[in-house]
Amino acid sequence: MTTAHQQWFDICNIDDILPSMGRCALFNELQVAIFRVIDQSGQEKFYAIDNFCPFSQSNTLSRGLTGSITDKIVVASPIYKQHFELSTGLCLEDDSVSVKTYPVRLNGCTIQLAA
Amino acid sequence: MKLKQLAIFLGTLLAIPLLMLRNVNGMKSMKEKIKLVVIGNGPVGHNFLEYLVESGESDNYQVTVFGEEPLPAYDRVHLTSWFKNQSVDDINMVSEGFYPSNNFTLHSGDKVTQIDRFKRVITSDAGLEVSYDKIILATGSVPFVPPVPGHDRDNVFVYRTIEDLEKITAAAKTGKVGAVIGGGLLGLEAAKALMDLDLKTHVIEFAPRLMAVQIDDGGGKMLSRKIQDLGVSVHTQKNTQNIGDGETAFHKMSFADGQELETDIIVFSAGIRPRDELARQAGLGMGARGGVVINNNCLTSDNDIYAIGEVALWDNKIYGLIAPGNTMAKAAVDHLTGTGSSEFAGADMSTKLKLMGVDVASIGDAHATTPNSRSYTYVNDREEVYKKIVVSEDDKHLLGAVLIGDAAEYGSLLQFMLNKMELPSEPEGLILPSLDGSSSGIGVDALPDSAVLCSCMNVSKADVINAVEAGASDMAAIKSCTKAATGCGGCTALVTQVLNCELEKQGVEVNTNLCEHFSYTRQDLYNIIRVEKIKSFEELLENHGSGLGCDICKPTTANILASCWNDHVLDNKLQGLQDTNDYFMGNMQKDGTYSVVPRVPGGEITPEKLIVLGEVAKKYDLYTKITGGQRVDLFGARSEQLPDIWRELVDAGFETGHAYGKSLRTVKSCVGSTWCRYGVQDSMALSILLENRYKGLRSPHKLKMAVSGCTRECAEAQSKDVGIIATENGWNMYVCGNGGMKPRHADLFASDLNDVDLIKYIDRFYMFYVRTADRLQRTSVWMDNMEGGLEYLKSVIIEDKLGLAAELEQEMSAVVDTYQCEWKTTIEDPEKMKRFGHFVNSKLHDENVIFTTEREQIRPALTSERTSETA
Repeated sequence: MTTAHQQWFDICNIDDILPSMGRCALFNELQVAIFRVIDQSGQEKFYAIDNFCPFSQSNTLSRGLTGSITDKIVVASPIYKQHFELSTGLCLEDDSVSVKTYPVRLNGCTIQLAA
Repeated sequence: MKLKQLAIFLGTLLAIPLLMLRNVNGMKSMKEKIKLVVIGNGPVGHNFLEYLVESGESDNYQVTVFGEEPLPAYDRVHLTSWFKNQSVDDINMVSEGFYPSNNFTLHSGDKVTQIDRFKRVITSDAGLEVSYDKIILATGSVPFVPPVPGHDRDNVFVYRTIEDLEKITAAAKTGKVGAVIGGGLLGLEAAKALMDLDLKTHVIEFAPRLMAVQIDDGGGKMLSRKIQDLGVSVHTQKNTQNIGDGETAFHKMSFADGQELETDIIVFSAGIRPRDELARQAGLGMGARGGVVINNNCLTSDNDIYAIGEVALWDNKIYGLIAPGNTMAKAAVDHLTGTGSSEFAGADMSTKLKLMGVDVASIGDAHATTPNSRSYTYVNDREEVYKKIVVSEDDKHLLGAVLIGDAAEYGSLLQFMLNKMELPSEPEGLILPSLDGSSSGIGVDALPDSAVLCSCMNVSKADVINAVEAGASDMAAIKSCTKAATGCGGCTALVTQVLNCELEKQGVEVNTNLCEHFSYTRQDLYNIIRVEKIKSFEELLENHGSGLGCDICKPTTANILASCWNDHVLDNKLQGLQDTNDYFMGNMQKDGTYSVVPRVPGGEITPEKLIVLGEVAKKYDLYTKITGGQRVDLFGARSEQLPDIWRELVDAGFETGHAYGKSLRTVKSCVGSTWCRYGVQDSMALSILLENRYKGLRSPHKLKMAVSGCTRECAEAQSKDVGIIATENGWNMYVCGNGGMKPRHADLFASDLNDVDLIKYIDRFYMFYVRTADRLQRTSVWMDNMEGGLEYLKSVIIEDKLGLAAELEQEMSAVVDTYQCEWKTTIEDPEKMKRFGHFVNSKLHDENVIFTTEREQIRPALTSERTSETA
């Protein structure tokens, strides 16, 4: 959720992330996975979650495949294939597991993250 | 092949004394073992031993087996397949080590000549004397040769053993014409064999039609027609009266009607006679026309002697099929050991088979001899199909059936009869073609649990249900745990229906959809993509799918697009579909680093290139290991290092090894005839050629190959998807082998191929697999789930039954022609190179990737090692 106090930081150009894919950004010494997805209505959306996969204990989520499971937009962990909902960070296979989400937006041609 | 058999045989002989020695100590304290002598090592005799092992009682017996033939038991029913490949492996019934591991002593090539029932000792031809407590008589039968003058001439044969077949093959080399006397089931099998030997083939039958016992006049006519279409001349109502010297061929056959036929080879197949001389000499109770009389427990008139199979006479009948023989074997084991209560109570002689590619089936009262029975017949002269059912007077029950040309209804008709199930009103609907394409067969749910689905292996519906309940969910699993559909295969369709019905009942949805985004199988999607020339996932999703796609359908689509059009994996429209392995063109390891595997075709590498591998590994500090596929795997590369590593490798002449792809991995090799003193062909040259031909082919799962330069098989080709073994005359091709979780020996597919045919068949085989397999289905499971299995596959690939061969070859050559090294193309494209950095906004690398050292090389640090390092 965007609030008035948020300060936005430039991360990269939109072209640095290809449609339906993710990239990892270094942000405040954190690894954040940013995804660029065209949703069912044809709208371009951006999501940001932890890059750290809690199952494999590795920084790999940005390298997962995006897609939809029922109406949820997800990324699949490239190592053990669990799905994380991009908007909430919840793991679909294990509801005790989730990853953090971050505010992300496109400002002109620049992708920005907020703390 | 003979050498190999000999080796196994010698191994068996050597293993026996060792095992016996080992058992001496253990036996002292054990109770005295029962001395069991099994006389006859044919299919039924062997199955008796299998059942004995299954009963769990075999340790209580000291088992000695005598077989007259030089080879251990083989599957006589499939003798014709020996003709094709001349390989005993195809029909061998004995799994390696079966006799020694069960402590059974096997005397092959030695026949029992006498049973002394007073001294309780048997004597063999080689002079062995073995005392017994119990005897199993499984001596089988001999072909009946009528005493026609000239029946003992040269080049007159029978058709029963591999030795017979070897003699026929040798004689065929100088002959042009062959005649089979007898148009029964075996006679037609023999005719097929003669045809395969390129002889002009005649079938001579005394009765007015072929297969007179099993099928009626109408069916016989249709069968004759179909077989004549294949080039075999059928002569019915011919009584052979003399065989003498021919003028244009070796023999002249003269018939009672004054006609004559000249032929070089004659094969008698005029029925069988029980092999009962041993029983007769021992004074056992015999039938008036031969055969050893048995009761329901398969006991003869001597309570210590059982008889099973074609030598046994039950209710004055000899049963000349494998299934009743197996039922007898089981009944004998049950009675002998007391572990079961099955009995032999006669057998249904219904049968379905493929004769020269023609479906023929006969059920029950095929001749409508039941008083007041009604018959319904369907004849289609265009398709050459004949179907008849015989039903009870009130139309309620099926009594018999004949099916020629199309025996699809065999399974359900048989169940109607065996289970006395009530027929639908207007039973003729069972054999009439349905206009709307729906099948009017049996509802498998209505079958009782006791219904025997597979008569070859005696598997009931209950057995299949139990297997499903225990977790079997596809035909491959059902085959491996129940053995159903592994005999003649006639029940495959029916067993599949029962399997699907049970899965549905268990709430397992039999859903073959790829995923929630596509209501299609992988095979459907493949066809859609080919036919509609679809080039992108978006196009496919828009026209045929829903949602955004997922980690199942995206890589599958990428894989199919690659098989069809072979564009680069990182092509803009494709890269978003690739699994991380394909995207980074490396295998992601547990810590998020990748392994690097350059291609080393055939495992052949120059010292210079080997040095480059070492230098690159050293420079980037990569863990280095030799793989099972004869190449080198370099582990621990971070994504941003991959382009630099590959630039060095590509510059040194390496190509990507596709270790990350669902694609050809390696062609393993042995050094072959160039160096090896045993090699008979240049296996190195072939393996390099094959690896270079099929590298880059994307397929439903990974593909592995190997080439061995001789039968010693050092390259382990029989564990590969396609394995090649050199012979004196060319190459033997094996298919659908697998190592891994469920090892499977590859099946011999074709023999003595030249290079051109070999490559043609591999092209077709791989493209057919690519076209029809499920996602992540290895070739072994693919074939096990295929109706018709290996034979069907041969008919498609070798005989081109579906008319696809040219298309498949063309598709493969398109893939071969568009090959590019994915890494070479990538490092030439600066845009693509940018995407390998770990961070989109920093040149730093992932600090979570931490290595420690073990045996002088790096490995990922354990969690405990990480904390101590940061602490």
